[in-house]
Amino acid sequence: MTLTQVDVLSGLAEVLDEVSGVPADKVVREAAFENDLEVDSLTMVEVVVACEERFGVLIPDEALENLRTVGDAVDFITAAGVSA
Amino acid sequence: MKTRTLFGAALTGLGAHRPAHREDNHAIAARTSSSDAWIRERSGIVTRGIAAADESVVDMATAAGGKALASAGVDAADVGLVLMATCSMPGPLPGGSPEVAARLGATSAGASDIGAGCAGFAYALAFAADTVRTGTAEHVLVIGSEKLMPMVNPNDRGTAFLFGDGAGAAVVSRRDVDGIGPVVWAHDGDQHAKLTIHGTPPQLAMEGRAIYRWATTTLPDLARRACAEAGIDPTDLAAFVPHQANLRITESVVSSLGLPASVVVARDVVDSGNTSAASVPLALARLVELGQVRSGDAALLFGFGAGLTAAGQVVLVP
Repeated sequence: MTLTQVDVLSGLAEVLDEVSGVPADKVVREAAFENDLEVDSLTMVEVVVACEERFGVLIPDEALENLRTVGDAVDFITAAGVSA
Repeated sequence: MKTRTLFGAALTGLGAHRPAHREDNHAIAARTSSSDAWIRERSGIVTRGIAAADESVVDMATAAGGKALASAGVDAADVGLVLMATCSMPGPLPGGSPEVAARLGATSAGASDIGAGCAGFAYALAFAADTVRTGTAEHVLVIGSEKLMPMVNPNDRGTAFLFGDGAGAAVVSRRDVDGIGPVVWAHDGDQHAKLTIHGTPPQLAMEGRAIYRWATTTLPDLARRACAEAGIDPTDLAAFVPHQANLRITESVVSSLGLPASVVVARDVVDSGNTSAASVPLALARLVELGQVRSGDAALLFGFGAGLTAAGQVVLVP
């Protein structure tokens, strides 16, 4: 399955709303999870697990360290989806 | 060859020992550049008991074990086996259970420590139930006792606030009808390095995020299996008593299981922190003390942690 950046961004926005009640309009590429969206590291684990299920990709803990912004996550999931 | 008759096994008594000295989040927050609000948000923990310098794993286990025997109305001399789950004895030898048995007067009992980290109590309870069922012992005293704080770096922002000390105990006795369901257990030994106590002096280290991920994704299925093995739907439980690792793990698993509000959920971590192998019996004892469960209620116990390893079973509250 090929994932587009647009698909991943809208899917990630739904996940963030479900897991942490983040309003969709705040989920933009530049938004930092911790500082802008108040998603702390444990909530981030829940977001990642939900994204793995939704997009059929694997996001290892080591990769998680580098996912600081929404754009980082969209790029990672899109790339992982291509190789999956 | 002579074989043994099968008996029923049930919980008949509980005991708890919580250290008198307590520490709230403020002092920990001050030395770890953290805050009370951050600690509560991250873990749900508000306060925890800390054993005194001269209060040992064995002291706390003896106190909890004595209370459990008293509540069961069982004479220590009639105990056939003392099992103590712990990961915080001062050294690898000796185990603490023989001294506990001696102090309690369990003179004809066998004694052995069980090492399964935070899942230790559930493992020990499973071994105890089978020991009673096969007729090897009529009464088994099962204890979880931990003095973890000396092994936790007081200045580590990620772990200093998480843990606490204490002991909980239960008596498993021969009964006509079984009151301890089949155990369901599992491990992920590939993640053995995620939670360790190593070094001189021994120091605890953990990768909290990896354990959080494993627990929240693995436990719901294991919990459902433990209920299925006992022939009870999770929604019909009276109580859910998971290992008190972190309130957020508990809430995540409760949500995944879809437990209705009628199921009382143990949240002793708020007042006790993570007491490893002691947390499940302490949390169950708390529910009984508060009158939130009654004798005969079905409660799902579940331990999980270092190893990584997990175990759980449905029990009827004594």
